[in-house]
Amino acid sequence: MKPSDIGILIVDDEASVRDALGKWFKFDGYRVETAEDANTALQKLQNSAWDIVLLDIKMPGIDGIELQRRIKQIDKNIITIMITAFASVDTSIQALKEGAFDYIIKPVDPDDMSHLIRNAVEQRRLLSENMQMRCQIEEISFSDDIVGESPGLEKVMEKVATVAPTDSTVMIRGESGTGKELIARSIHINSNRRYFPIITINCGAYTEGLLESELFGHEKGAFTGALYRRRGKLEMADKGTIFLDEIGNIGIKMQMDLLRVIETKQFTRLGGDRVVNVDFRVVCATNKDLESAVRDGSFREDLYYRLNVFSIVLPSLRERKTDIPILARYFVKKYAQSMNKNVTNLTPETLDLLARYEWPGNVRELRNVIERAMVGVRGSIIELKDMSFPFTPAAAVASGDDVSLEDVEKSHIQKILERTGGNIAQAASLLKISRLTLYNKIEKYQLKKM
Amino acid sequence: MACIYVVPIHAVSQFWREPLEAGIQKAFGIESRFAGNWPIDLPRAYDKTRNQYNSSDILLQLISAPLTGAGKILGVAEVDLFIPILTFVFGEAQLDGIGSVVSSHRLENKFYGLPDDRALLVDRLIKESIHELGHTFGLLHCMTPACVLNSSTYMEDIDQKSAEFCSGCLHDLRPRLQDFQSGKGIR
Ligand SMILES: [Zn+2]
Ligand SMILES: [Zn+2]
Repeated sequence: MKPSDIGILIVDDEASVRDALGKWFKFDGYRVETAEDANTALQKLQNSAWDIVLLDIKMPGIDGIELQRRIKQIDKNIITIMITAFASVDTSIQALKEGAFDYIIKPVDPDDMSHLIRNAVEQRRLLSENMQMRCQIEEISFSDDIVGESPGLEKVMEKVATVAPTDSTVMIRGESGTGKELIARSIHINSNRRYFPIITINCGAYTEGLLESELFGHEKGAFTGALYRRRGKLEMADKGTIFLDEIGNIGIKMQMDLLRVIETKQFTRLGGDRVVNVDFRVVCATNKDLESAVRDGSFREDLYYRLNVFSIVLPSLRERKTDIPILARYFVKKYAQSMNKNVTNLTPETLDLLARYEWPGNVRELRNVIERAMVGVRGSIIELKDMSFPFTPAAAVASGDDVSLEDVEKSHIQKILERTGGNIAQAASLLKISRLTLYNKIEKYQLKKM
Repeated sequence: MACIYVVPIHAVSQFWREPLEAGIQKAFGIESRFAGNWPIDLPRAYDKTRNQYNSSDILLQLISAPLTGAGKILGVAEVDLFIPILTFVFGEAQLDGIGSVVSSHRLENKFYGLPDDRALLVDRLIKESIHELGHTFGLLHCMTPACVLNSSTYMEDIDQKSAEFCSGCLHDLRPRLQDFQSGKGIR
């Protein structure tokens, strides 16, 4: 159902409410009309078909409760939503008993409003379609960036095709840079949830407290400085998919909270007691050995089993070497387009060199290497000389050129960042320097963090 | 020549000015003109009981001031905006009209208890400005998650989307931009 297929009628004696609401729905593309009293509303209800009626409880003449009764006589499947001031919540409850879908208290939070309307539309759709015909998936489509023909990758694709249409929780395993997020997206876009968002949260990127607030959101005043309510990622993923990246990095308390919300599909925002219901599918990913984390007690066993319902293991690039030339050519084509350069291929020697490399940073590292080569290349084919990192630093030093210590440091740091996929903490520990020092060097050499 | 007027509403700090103008230029291919002394009576829009400012009133003031040439108007405020039925709005615009207004107020990290991040604030302000200006070119909300015309009811929604129009919205926008630049869209 497109928004323009939905008719919303707003009944309120206050012009400012009619105008504001009418405008709000119009911007979402709905068909909207307004009425200033019950009689005008009934007239409009007779003249054309409406799906949702928002009606003010307190109106001169026929009030909202009575109007709702008459609407339900005309068509009991019309969704009615009451508009009320705080003082008349009791009447709203009466309206709910008589079949109102919900009520809003003026003024309403825009986010609650948009959720309410989306739910109302969904309800209306279910009623009018009589619960049949849930959207069928015609064919599986994959993200453009998943490229290759190796048996290892084929197996992954088969698994994605199998699990996507189910609502099963999926755990994606694989080294960093193997494309776990792309696989998560493929699962989402091939599921029944594809019209709702997939929300990604990198669990490794937050401290425990911040992660909690990211996931659950917080109420206004939950802590110093929180003047407004903030919605968490779980709420944003309602009816869609939540992708929990680096799930192996969360602390014990968070593991417990997460387990609870996955089991109950309910949580409260920080600093609040209102229960929020959410409906999401969980896809998670890790490059950690979770099994050993379970054995040594740093990862909860019950959560592990909750998450590891269906598992997809992504092969490293080393394990699918036949895909390297295909991927390399794919990235060349992609960057040629975005950089507006007429580069079409790589020389056989270059491809050979790429095939011999171990690719600790996997596809992401390959992509970055090609991107860098594409920036510098002059001709239409990428040659060995166009490849800088990770192949030239040693060669350059060996050739006796005047390479400065700084150049060597710069390229080494870039290489390590490449390898860790931009993970600063990991890179700093490999380089045996502090994170602050690393940040300073990144700044100094203008390095790309990824 | 048709252009977009960027109107700072009262003594707001203007660190966003250059990136915003660049963002507008990139999104619409239209130059913007900074209009520092547009007469806006901000106290008039103030609602004492809500301690907020009525965005529709500001919008009205923006479009009732005489225009010195054809154009769209984008007011940029720092105060908390609302419309009667909602607790707040990030901005408001006339659908297929002249005026739009945005506020940086709820785009600031500090109101959510998060560390200040000026770059992020400017990013959000650009997205919401392009979004509201998009409405003045007649565009409705878009279901594409990354599209700048995706409706944002929370700050986090803004961070999820890009500052760009999706191909569908671009397709709808192009003829309107042509009309605007050739002067046909002026009323
Ligand atoms: Zn909008
Ligand atoms: Zn769009």
